Amino acid sequence: MRLPARAAQSNSENAPFFEGATAGRLILPKCSICDFVIWFPREICPECSSQEVGWFEASGRGTIYSCTTTRRIPGSWGKVTPFVLAYVELEEGPRVMTNIVECDPESVSIGDSVEAVFEEALNRDGEPGPPLLRFRPTQS
Amino acid sequence: MSIKGKAFIAGIYEHPGRHLPDRTLPQIHADVGLGALADAGLSTSDVDAYYSAGDAPGFGVLSMIDYLGLECRYLNDTETGGSSYLLHAQHAATAIAAGHIDVALITLAGKPLTGGAGPGGSGRVGGAPEAPFESQWGMSVPGGYALAAQRHMHEFGTTSEQLAEIKVAASTHAQHNPQALLQDLVTVEEVIESPMISDPLHRLDCCVITDGGGAMVIVSEAVANSLERHSIPILGTGTYVKSSQSGRIDLTHTGAVKSGPLAFTEAGITPSDIDYVSIYDSFTITVLITLEDLGFCERGDGGRFVSDGNLQAPHGALPFNTDGGGLCNNHPANRGGMTKVIEAVRQLRGEANTPVQVGDCELALAHGTGGSLATRSASSTMILGRSL
Repeated sequence: MRLPARAAQSNSENAPFFEGATAGRLILPKCSICDFVIWFPREICPECSSQEVGWFEASGRGTIYSCTTTRRIPGSWGKVTPFVLAYVELEEGPRVMTNIVECDPESVSIGDSVEAVFEEALNRDGEPGPPLLRFRPTQS
Repeated sequence: MSIKGKAFIAGIYEHPGRHLPDRTLPQIHADVGLGALADAGLSTSDVDAYYSAGDAPGFGVLSMIDYLGLECRYLNDTETGGSSYLLHAQHAATAIAAGHIDVALITLAGKPLTGGAGPGGSGRVGGAPEAPFESQWGMSVPGGYALAAQRHMHEFGTTSEQLAEIKVAASTHAQHNPQALLQDLVTVEEVIESPMISDPLHRLDCCVITDGGGAMVIVSEAVANSLERHSIPILGTGTYVKSSQSGRIDLTHTGAVKSGPLAFTEAGITPSDIDYVSIYDSFTITVLITLEDLGFCERGDGGRFVSDGNLQAPHGALPFNTDGGGLCNNHPANRGGMTKVIEAVRQLRGEANTPVQVGDCELALAHGTGGSLATRSASSTMILGRSL
C-alpha cells in the first residue's frame, strides 16, 4: 500500500537536495574543506564547522542499518500498517531515516541491500512538492 | 567548582492523579509545587528560583512565576524532553553552590490524556532544521525506540524475553504502590503476547500515558539545616547530549556513557557503590541500554543482566524503579525525569513502599533520557546520598 507522502518544506540551505529529488537524483552536501559527506543536508559541516559546502550526486545504494515494522500508530499512518521505518546507511557514509517500500514488510532485515526511489509527494495545499527519498530492496 | 554537598533536595511531591480532566495545566503545576514546598516545610515566599520546561504554558516560566505569585531572581526553562527536570536540578545546584539562590522550585505538569496544553515544546520542534528529513516517515515514539532495540538485538543478541524482564520487575514493584496506574503483576509471556506496536516493542514494553506531574525543592545547606525534614544531599551530576552524530548515528548507546562518568566522578564513587537506581523507562529498551551505558554491566550484556532478577527490590543486586516507574506507575506529561528523582529521594529517606524499600539505602542514582534514542537525546544523571 502506498505510504502517506507529505512533501518536506525546503529552504535556501537544503534546496539543492530537494531540487535533486525533483529530478530523481540523490544530491548530497559535502564539506568543501574536509570532504565530509554531511547529513542531514545543511550548509555547515558538523565535523569541521566550515560553512563552505558543495553538492554531489550519490549512488543511491545502501544497506539497512536498522528497521522496524510498525503495526500500530495513530492517524493516517495507521491506515497503511504494517510499514517499514528504517535507517539506511548510504554507500557514501550517512545513515538516513526513511521507509523501505516495494517490499514484504515481514521479510525486511538489517543488512539488506537497498536502492533509492523517489516517490511523489504533495504540499499542504495539495500541489506537488519535492519527492520523498525512500528505498526498496535492490533489484538484482 | 563542584556542587558536591552544596545543594540538597528538601521537598518532593508526585501528583496522586493519573487522569485529571478537571484540573488546568497551571493548576497541576501549582498542585505539585505547593506539595513539594509543604513536604520541605517551606512556602512560596521562600522560593527565589523557578524552573520548568516546555510543559510550562504560555510564556513558560515567566507565565508560571506570575501565576504562582513567586518572586524569583533566577529562572530557567531548559527543554530536553523527559530529562529536563534533572538538568534543572543540576542547574539549581550549581546556582546554589555559586551563592546566587537558596530555594529553587522545579515543577512538571501535563495532560496528555485529557487535552489542554500538551507538553513537549512542540512550537520549537516545528522549525527544526532536521524536520524536513525526519518527519515524513511515520516515526511514532515507539517506532523510534524500536529502531534502537532492533539494532541492539542485531549486534548483541538481546531478546524480547530479556526486554520483558524489565517490565516484569517494574510490575513486581507496582503491586505495592496504591497510586500506580497499573498494579497487576505481569509475566514475560504476557509482555510477549501483548499487541506488537513496532517490532520488537510490544504494548507492555511501552510506558503508560498519564496526566499529572511532580515537583522538587532544592535548597542550600543553610536552608537545609533550618528544616525539620531531613534533606537529601546532591553528590554528583552529569549531563550529555548525544547528537545524531553527523549522520552516522549509533543506536546502541545513549549520552549516559558520558553523563554517568561525570556524575560518578563528581560524587567520588563507582557504579558498584549504588544501592538503588531510578532509570528512565520510556520503553524497556531505554532501561537496558542505559544500564550498560552507566556501567552497571558490560556493553551488550544488558539482556543477561536484567534477566537475573538484579532489578527486583528489595533483594536484587540493583533494585530499580521501586514505584513501578513509567512502565507501570506514572509517566506524567510523557516525561519521566521528575518521578525518577522523587522515588530515589523516597528510597534514601526510607519512605518507599515497605515491601520494596531497599535496606540501608545510602547511595542512589536517578537518570533521565529526553528526546529520542532514534535521533538526538539528552541524558542527565544525578547521584544522591542519604547523608554527606
